[in-house]
Amino acid sequence: MTTLSKDQTEVENTAMQQPRTGFDVAKALSPRRPWTWVITAIALVFGAQFVQLLLTNPNFEWDVVGQYLNSETVLTGVVMTILLTIAAMAIGLVLGGVLAVCRMADNTVLRTLASVYIWFFRGTPQLVQLIFWFNIGLLVPVLSIGIPFGPTFASIESNTLITPLLAAIVGLGLHEAAYQAEIYRAGLMSVDEGQLEAAKAVGMKPVRVFFRIHLPQAMRFIVPPTFNAIIGMVKGTSLVSVIGGAELLFSVQEIYSQTYQTVPLLIVACVWYLFITTLLNGVQFFIERHYGKGASRNGSTSPFGRLLDRRAALRAQNLARGSES
Amino acid sequence: MSQPVLRITALRKEYSGVEVLRGIDLEVKTGETVAILGSSGSGKSTLLRCVNCLETPSGGAIEVNGDIMGYKQESNGALRRLSESRIAVQRRKVGMVFQNFNLFPHWTVLENISDGPRSVLRLSKQDAIERSMALLKRVGLQDRADAYPRQLSGGQQQRVAIARALALEPTLLLFDEPTSALDPENVGEVTDVMSDLADSGATMVVVTHELGFARAAADRVVFMDDGVVIEQGTPSEVFDNSREARTMEFVGKTLA
Repeated sequence: MTTLSKDQTEVENTAMQQPRTGFDVAKALSPRRPWTWVITAIALVFGAQFVQLLLTNPNFEWDVVGQYLNSETVLTGVVMTILLTIAAMAIGLVLGGVLAVCRMADNTVLRTLASVYIWFFRGTPQLVQLIFWFNIGLLVPVLSIGIPFGPTFASIESNTLITPLLAAIVGLGLHEAAYQAEIYRAGLMSVDEGQLEAAKAVGMKPVRVFFRIHLPQAMRFIVPPTFNAIIGMVKGTSLVSVIGGAELLFSVQEIYSQTYQTVPLLIVACVWYLFITTLLNGVQFFIERHYGKGASRNGSTSPFGRLLDRRAALRAQNLARGSES
Repeated sequence: MSQPVLRITALRKEYSGVEVLRGIDLEVKTGETVAILGSSGSGKSTLLRCVNCLETPSGGAIEVNGDIMGYKQESNGALRRLSESRIAVQRRKVGMVFQNFNLFPHWTVLENISDGPRSVLRLSKQDAIERSMALLKRVGLQDRADAYPRQLSGGQQQRVAIARALALEPTLLLFDEPTSALDPENVGEVTDVMSDLADSGATMVVVTHELGFARAAADRVVFMDDGVVIEQGTPSEVFDNSREARTMEFVGKTLA
């Protein structure tokens, strides 16, 4: 009892001391940050030098860049790069999903098959796989459809079927699927077991548990590395130039092999690659925002996201006011 | 005498050779509230998880309204394990409330509650929302329908979880330590909702450490130790006149 009353008097003492000190952090100054100024100065010097290089070095040949930026050959290459990315990524996303589900299945045969696939396609270089698919005719001269070990219904020569374009789509897509499978698997494993138990406990069947509870929550962890992969794929399509696919890099190479304007045409390619990947960054922002619903107490963490949050809140306020009146 | 809602007979469960449940027999009648007590590791949560097939028993059987949970009887009398989809149908009669709430964080409170009636019971959107709002009102959260779970306190989340479990109108409600993850000041709001449910005639099995709740709301208290039921009876029989030394020790420790 005596110790308790002693504590109480101490508490009272501090309470009495508080107004006497009169400190208030609301009026505190910001910390001094001398290094910010030093770093800014250094960055400005380097930046200015870089801009000067861009403007004064004649080897950039900016007029040539402007001339070819929207030339027909280049634009055809851009479209081909985009189509290749979409087609190969579609194979990667779908087959990757199937592989991930197989890899996590109870069935031992499926699990083993998926593991072997991932082991092989992740373990050999993408460029080697591309060249291999392009030359598949050397391994299998004739492709045919029929009953295994039985009669065939239709057949076609490999070299007729496998154009550079098809070899590119198949090669890039199958390689991507192996990586995508691991991205899905990591995302699916990151969801708390309790979520799946709760979904089962409210009577959801396995397919619904997967698509409504498991996958949506895994998406938060799947989307960022997947956009990494998509952006990687946009650039990875440039490998296709090696087997003669007329994508962006191949197109500019075709031009500079005749004009010898190598630097400005490589810049043209870079500008287009950057343009495509910048658009993708924007798409990623909105998809992440969609799957981040309910993830945080305080809404978005990015400045642009906060701006959108504020707009949504204002709109909700206006709606509420409208329904009152 | 009517058929019990829940009948557990000679239930055993082992994990890689370690027996967690060693022959449990338990019956729960319609409208009865049974509190299961026992120290951690006594197997009470495992028992509850076996009831709605979140765990597969190693032996014995569990019947809910006469259906053997997780199995069907074939014409020759043999039992055959059901597929996950068929088990999902069986689970609809059994509601469960978890220690960590396990609300779906990407859905609003209303979506959490109305999804079951919509997708499982095939109610119209209107009816599902009406039912959900009525349940939210019952747990005192009708003004938080559009909030996401992470914006709620633990006590509020658990009350939403109770509403979600009730939305399918189950014949049996399971509570797995529903107040253990809550701050002390939030425990009361959850046990109040549970007491109301018990009074309104719900059939409930509650694994809990809240002796106060067990004494006030339970019709029967079951005390488990080391995978077996060692004592059961009315709250006053078990708390005030324990026959077993182990029960007396536990009650003494927990109340102190």
